[in-house]
Amino acid sequence: MSDPHIGFIIAAYAVAAATLGAMIGWVLLDSRRLGMQLDAATRSLDGARGAENGERR
Amino acid sequence: MVNLANPTTFVELTRRVLPWLAVATAILFVAGLWLSFAAPPDYQQGETVKIMYLHVPAAWMATFVYAVMTAAALGTLVWRHPLADAAQKAAAPLGAGFTFICLVTGSLWGKPMWGTYWVWDARLTSVLVLFILYLGLIALWRAIDDPGRAARAAAILTLVGAVDLPIIKFSVDWWNTLHQPASVFRLDGPTIAPELLVPLIVMSLAFTCLFLTLHLMAIRNEILRRRIARVTMLAAVEGDRLAPEFAARGV
Repeated sequence: MSDPHIGFIIAAYAVAAATLGAMIGWVLLDSRRLGMQLDAATRSLDGARGAENGERR
Repeated sequence: MVNLANPTTFVELTRRVLPWLAVATAILFVAGLWLSFAAPPDYQQGETVKIMYLHVPAAWMATFVYAVMTAAALGTLVWRHPLADAAQKAAAPLGAGFTFICLVTGSLWGKPMWGTYWVWDARLTSVLVLFILYLGLIALWRAIDDPGRAARAAAILTLVGAVDLPIIKFSVDWWNTLHQPASVFRLDGPTIAPELLVPLIVMSLAFTCLFLTLHLMAIRNEILRRRIARVTMLAAVEGDRLAPEFAARGV
């Protein structure tokens, strides 16, 4: 491809790839972070309920 | 539709659908990029027409995502669908991303073809307004702590902003613009040669599949965020309830 405007074409594809990559990365990282937060919150709740049950026994 | 209102059912459904959608997205992108680079150059624009395979699908997605958000806003305000506000909130950053690609690739296409990166014509300005609307909606959700109030405020702003969609679509007909008029969705059929139209359609399908995949994942993330808030609150309530008992017993 020998076009006088090749730089504009490459720049357009690079910007699109970077933006789409950022969108995919944002969703995947958010999903991973939230999964870990939910696990921690569930452990915290289980811990509180476990302490209550232990006291009642 | 009724079952989908249940977040647990929705999460289970996304678990089954997402792998297929992700594979379809990857295949469509590979096919679309291959067809785009194999397509012949335009007789006037030369190889610069290859920017069209990114710019046009991104522009379509920018308006499509806002239309999805408008439907979700109606779902929030009128039908009070439990997942409507999650769908709306999840779509905004994706719409902003597609609009950003549309604006930047349009600028990079405009410089060699029009001789300028930017001109304040009706089409370009109305798409810039759409981008600002997306950013405003994202900021609004972050600014209001109460999720219910944030959802209602965002839904109202989304419905007000929906007036920009017909302006974007018909700006090239209503005003004298540097931007070319529609060449695909026309009553008398597309004016693009089939050799250029086929890669454009495949790339548009790839962008659509990517949006559907990311949107489902982002809605699932919103559901997770709500679960975390609920579980954290329950844990705090349990802790507060038990604290005096433990203190009295010297535990």
